[in-house]
Amino acid sequence: MTTKDNASRISQLIQDHQAEIGSQWISQLEALTVRGTASAKEQLRTHCQQFLAAFAQAARGGELENIEHRSWDEVRDLLSEISSTRAKNGSSPSETATFVFSLKQPLFSQLTAGFAGDAEALAGASWAVSSLLDKLGLYTIEVFQKAKDQIIVRQQQELLELSTPVVKLWNGILALPLIGTLDSARTQVVMENILQKIVDTGAMIAIIDITGVPMVDTLVAQHLMKTIAAARLMGADCIISGIRPQIAQTIVHLGVNLEDVITKATLADAFLVALERTGASITIKN
Amino acid sequence: MERIPILRMGDLLLVTIQVDMHDRLAMTLQDDLTERIVRDNAKGVLIDISALDLVDSFIGRMISNTAAMARVLDAQTVVVGMQPAVAITLVELGLTLHGVKTALNVEKGMALLGKNLNR
Amino acid sequence: MSTAAELAVGFETDLLELHARKRAERTSLPLRTDEDVVHLRKHVRERAVGIGLSLVDQTKLITAASELARNTIKYGGGGAVHLDKLADGLRQGVGLVFVDTGPGIPDLELALRDGYTTGGGLGLGLGGSKRLVDEFEIDTRPGEGTAIAVVKWKR
Repeated sequence: MTTKDNASRISQLIQDHQAEIGSQWISQLEALTVRGTASAKEQLRTHCQQFLAAFAQAARGGELENIEHRSWDEVRDLLSEISSTRAKNGSSPSETATFVFSLKQPLFSQLTAGFAGDAEALAGASWAVSSLLDKLGLYTIEVFQKAKDQIIVRQQQELLELSTPVVKLWNGILALPLIGTLDSARTQVVMENILQKIVDTGAMIAIIDITGVPMVDTLVAQHLMKTIAAARLMGADCIISGIRPQIAQTIVHLGVNLEDVITKATLADAFLVALERTGASITIKN
Repeated sequence: MERIPILRMGDLLLVTIQVDMHDRLAMTLQDDLTERIVRDNAKGVLIDISALDLVDSFIGRMISNTAAMARVLDAQTVVVGMQPAVAITLVELGLTLHGVKTALNVEKGMALLGKNLNR
Repeated sequence: MSTAAELAVGFETDLLELHARKRAERTSLPLRTDEDVVHLRKHVRERAVGIGLSLVDQTKLITAASELARNTIKYGGGGAVHLDKLADGLRQGVGLVFVDTGPGIPDLELALRDGYTTGGGLGLGLGGSKRLVDEFEIDTRPGEGTAIAVVKWKR
């Protein structure tokens, strides 16, 4: 029996017994999933029905090995949708793959009945269906992973924005507390943000506070120096504050030249210097 | 021949560079500015580059040279409006624009010139 | 727009095929006059924007292109530049190959050092340009010519 014959026979079997296969599959899945609101169960049922229909249709295309073939486009799209939804809902990747794998048993039952008496054909069909469902199960895991990755990337971006807050301390004086570990790529983005904010607010002095930065390496130190040089080219200046003893040691150790730059231990000290530079001062009234 | 316009405000000269200058145009500007400083007895020159999204070594040199010549002619130069991307690139390029004062915008630039000229 | 063949500068170099397999498109432009440099800047800007380079990366690339183009004209006696759109499945990039049949660069190490100059100011600016791009390859033979290939990848 050729693959094409197998395929159309399998497809026919599924279509003829769709309801039966579907309900067996659904009860298996419901037994496996612990959590389940009524609407979740409803959605599961819908997904199963849609999948079976699409599966049967795709099998009729005759291609049982290559799931990238266009006859499987609809099935893959459906799986993508199901997988992405589950990723966002907090399901685990195996839960999602199980959706596909648990179809094996109901299908095998039907195949056994349908190919009764033809052991060789049954073996061939079972194998074809098994490896097909394996591939589709793996596909759901891939899609799941991609969806998770996208969430992570988005979160990283949001984190980046959160970690460069700008505080206007006074007219023409900005404070930019940096928070977290700075790797080379992130530092560049942060530095560009600092310069843009200087332009946007027309600040004369930007105090870059690194109290929240646990470690500074050569690259980060270099980026800091370049940012200060760039700010000066633009017509503003920078003060670095929040230098903790360990960082001071690292900086000296690395041989970074800070002669040109004003550095202060605390933001408060830096603020006083900035005030002076902008021609203001603080008077304490009794 | 195309030229970049130079405006006069009292004893200040104001230049706004808005086009992507080719080298000859930059040299022409340098010559024009030097001539105008003498002719108008200018004490200050304000070069607005806020519209420039590119400053390479040639233009950088033109600006430095202009400032140097202005100083010889007893005039101060301030360059204003450098875009962050340009500043970052110049730092990476190693171009320092030594001897050129800078400010974030025209208003601050004028204030800087005013301060230095004791007005 | 001339084809690469029409602009064949007569300096044979492997750098022209540096990323041949990743090259999706090549545009070749002459470098003889001031206006050619301005023209090149526009093209590079378009390409850079096209592959989504950040503003800072765009600026760095165009500045490097401007520097190297000027060198080709001033020190190389004029030549050509090939502007490539690169893609290697994972990322996209812009490549530039500057070619001239000038006198070549006798002391490369010196030329790459900052501050090197033959004619006042920043001179060749090779060290600076190198820092602005991700890849920088140079093939120069005194008496024959020079080719410089640079690439900026989208981060």
